[in-house]
Amino acid sequence: MVLTLFSVLFDDIIYDCLNILFHRNCLIITVYVSLIIKALIGMNAIELQNITKTYRGGVTALNGVSLKVAEGDFYALLGPNGAGKSTTIGIISSLVNKSSGKVSIFGYDLDTQLELAKSQIGLVPQEFNFNPFEPPLQILVNQAGYYGTPRKEAFIRAEKYLKQLDLWGKRNEPARELSGGMKRRLMIARALMHEPRLLILDEPTAGVDIELRRSMWLFLTELNKQGVTIILTTHYLEEAESLCRNIGIINKGELVINTSMKELIGRLDSETFILDVNSTAHLPETTDFKFTVIDERTVELELAKAHSLNSVFELLTAKGVEVKSLRNKSNRLEELFLELVKNGVIDAK
Amino acid sequence: MLNKQYVIAVKSLWVKEVNRFLRIWIQTLVPPAITMSLYFVIFGNLIGERIGDMNGFSYMAFIVPGLIMMSVITNSYSNVASSFFSAKFQRNIEELLVAPVPNYLIIFGYVGGGVARGLMVGFIVTLVSLFFVDLHIYNVLVLIASVLCTSILFSIGGLLNAIFAKTFDDISIIPTFVLTPLTYLGGVFYSISLLPDFWQGVSHFNPVFYMINAFRYGFLGVSDVPIVWSFAVIFTFIIIGYSLVAFLLKKGAGIRS
Repeated sequence: MVLTLFSVLFDDIIYDCLNILFHRNCLIITVYVSLIIKALIGMNAIELQNITKTYRGGVTALNGVSLKVAEGDFYALLGPNGAGKSTTIGIISSLVNKSSGKVSIFGYDLDTQLELAKSQIGLVPQEFNFNPFEPPLQILVNQAGYYGTPRKEAFIRAEKYLKQLDLWGKRNEPARELSGGMKRRLMIARALMHEPRLLILDEPTAGVDIELRRSMWLFLTELNKQGVTIILTTHYLEEAESLCRNIGIINKGELVINTSMKELIGRLDSETFILDVNSTAHLPETTDFKFTVIDERTVELELAKAHSLNSVFELLTAKGVEVKSLRNKSNRLEELFLELVKNGVIDAK
Repeated sequence: MLNKQYVIAVKSLWVKEVNRFLRIWIQTLVPPAITMSLYFVIFGNLIGERIGDMNGFSYMAFIVPGLIMMSVITNSYSNVASSFFSAKFQRNIEELLVAPVPNYLIIFGYVGGGVARGLMVGFIVTLVSLFFVDLHIYNVLVLIASVLCTSILFSIGGLLNAIFAKTFDDISIIPTFVLTPLTYLGGVFYSISLLPDFWQGVSHFNPVFYMINAFRYGFLGVSDVPIVWSFAVIFTFIIIGYSLVAFLLKKGAGIRS
């Protein structure tokens, strides 16, 4: 705790002192020693301080967003359309100029140490933004080159990621001829070419079929286990719930929720399940939980947090009702999101 | 570390740019050769023989440097304008914007691509001209310096155009309505000594006039204007153009919200 505080407060000072100590001729020593010290004392992958963004037309997209994402985290950034998620990501990746505030990436200030800050990030944008006439292999090698990766090493990495993401067979086809799912994977491979410490994915699985989506989840989980910090925006709340440890919800340019996934899910008062039963004729009458018959073999159960499923099964067994299978009516995060909309915390319009 | 990184970055961008125009060589390298062959046949051979000498040289020998320079100018300009605008349009410029590549390297990479195409086309047109005229080089240093600087200047011009452009029409307006008239009126086909005094004076406000004359001096040793003046004009425009482009990129004009 003390060390983290020290890191936050004295990050720039450490860098500047080392700069003076080793002089700029020894920038390499400065950068490495700075990185070692930072690694030892721990740091945030991202730190946003009071970020505002007003576009030229006068539209305020972000209104004082402050956010910290710890190194190694898998963080979900959610919100309705137009809430400010993409603007936030744009500012972090320096594609959008902020109006005010401070951004630091692994301790590197975006205003004063732009190149060092940028080199930490891999970005997978929402829309396809590669040259459709270039083949995937070329796209990846060029991208690595922009980050200073020697060409020989770039080819090795390109082969590695194209194989991991099942694109090796298409390496020399023009990118425009790839399927939608392949294009998404190509953008992930491109973002990884310089082996970033922070990967930002803006709706990476939009329009991707379920099988591919799950294989991408596995891939991202594995990356996160290897130490890559991941920030994800998505409209698939199931995706956010199953992948992410922490979550932020942006609404109307403000961060209205920033907490752990566990804590947020814990806010749900009740959960709704769908039960497939042998018959709905003899359902128990109780005030502890609510049954709603959907058809003669399906029933909806609304279970308050205070009660357990065991007590439900006991009552059903006593009435001779056999439960064949059980599933959540909707994803828990989705329920919570709808509840937040209902309570006016989030404006979904 | 950063310096080596930057060298790799700018080299990657330059190689990408060169690969781009080589990949579409039928659109980029062949048309200038065909167009200039027609100029050589029609203006040089057919009409030129009736015109006689110009500044003490055959008309064909007189127009060859201007036509080579015209190819260099248009190709350097259009290469950067179309490449940078396409990158903006397809949004793959973001590949560069998110990477730790300083703006000056982005300028070097794109301008380097434009210069490569300009010089390659210039070389091809020079080879074609050898079928029509015996070329002699008067001053190789002036020749190289003038073609290189002109190519750099018009590559910067193309970049400037692409930064402002919002549609594909925007990158064809300047070449059609500004570049072509300036080139034709810059003394490609005539010596300005043939013009009345007033139009001679007007021609001195045309920057292309200085570039063509410097290049012609490299081949023939004759120029309508002192060579020092030519290079002073070219360098001035390079500095102004580069500063403007660097300023616009820093502001994020046309590329960052």
